[in-house]
Amino acid sequence: MTQKDNNPIISLTSRVVSPFIMLFALYVIFHGHYSPGGGFQGGTMLAAAVILVRLAAGREVSQLQFKKSWGTPVGSVGVFIYFFTGLVAMLMGGNYLDYGFLPLGTEPAVTRGWGILFIEIGVGLAVMGILVAIYDDLLEGDPQ
Amino acid sequence: MKIVNYLILTAFAGLMIFASMGMANRGDANAPMNREKSPIGSPGAAHYYIQNSKTDSYTDNMVTVILADWRGYDTLGEETVILTAGLICYLLLRKRKIPHDSER
Repeated sequence: MTQKDNNPIISLTSRVVSPFIMLFALYVIFHGHYSPGGGFQGGTMLAAAVILVRLAAGREVSQLQFKKSWGTPVGSVGVFIYFFTGLVAMLMGGNYLDYGFLPLGTEPAVTRGWGILFIEIGVGLAVMGILVAIYDDLLEGDPQ
Repeated sequence: MKIVNYLILTAFAGLMIFASMGMANRGDANAPMNREKSPIGSPGAAHYYIQNSKTDSYTDNMVTVILADWRGYDTLGEETVILTAGLICYLLLRKRKIPHDSER
């Protein structure tokens, strides 16, 4: 960034558009059971919403939305959700990642649907956190 | 030498196009990959996926069921690869304090 002064049109537009991109990303993740979509696509769109504000507002201001130190932990939490879902299924008596054994109290087919939703959320968080973390890591040496 | 490169590229493109002509049409019920039984008599995978995705997992999107349920290990590996890439970027690119010459 060589230009110090902010363009109000760019900053305001990105500030307004970013929550709607996040909303649509959540729709893509949670509606992946019924339409094209899922964790990878939704996570990428979440990361795009964060990076849009990072590009438009600069690094200091955009820390208010998503801190620089959050990226890698959020990604790790996403991978942990995936591992943990499989582990719970294994502890309840099934194979690893056999979602039919998750203790939800519904019939096995519906439980498998819920298990798919859990791991899609995990995948989405992991992709979002890691993409934002890579962007921040690449900008680490930039003096501004 | 450049001419040879372009000739090789063109030959490969022609080979690929020729090979794609032998592929089955999309959704062809008689193609070997879509048959109920494979040519050697074992049950076909695609047929099972289409028949049982709704009843097994109560999910309409077949791709989601294959990706997240039947091939969950594969997706787990993909996610681990993404995490590994992020961690390597973190280790290589983060700002470290470089010690001065007197402290070394």
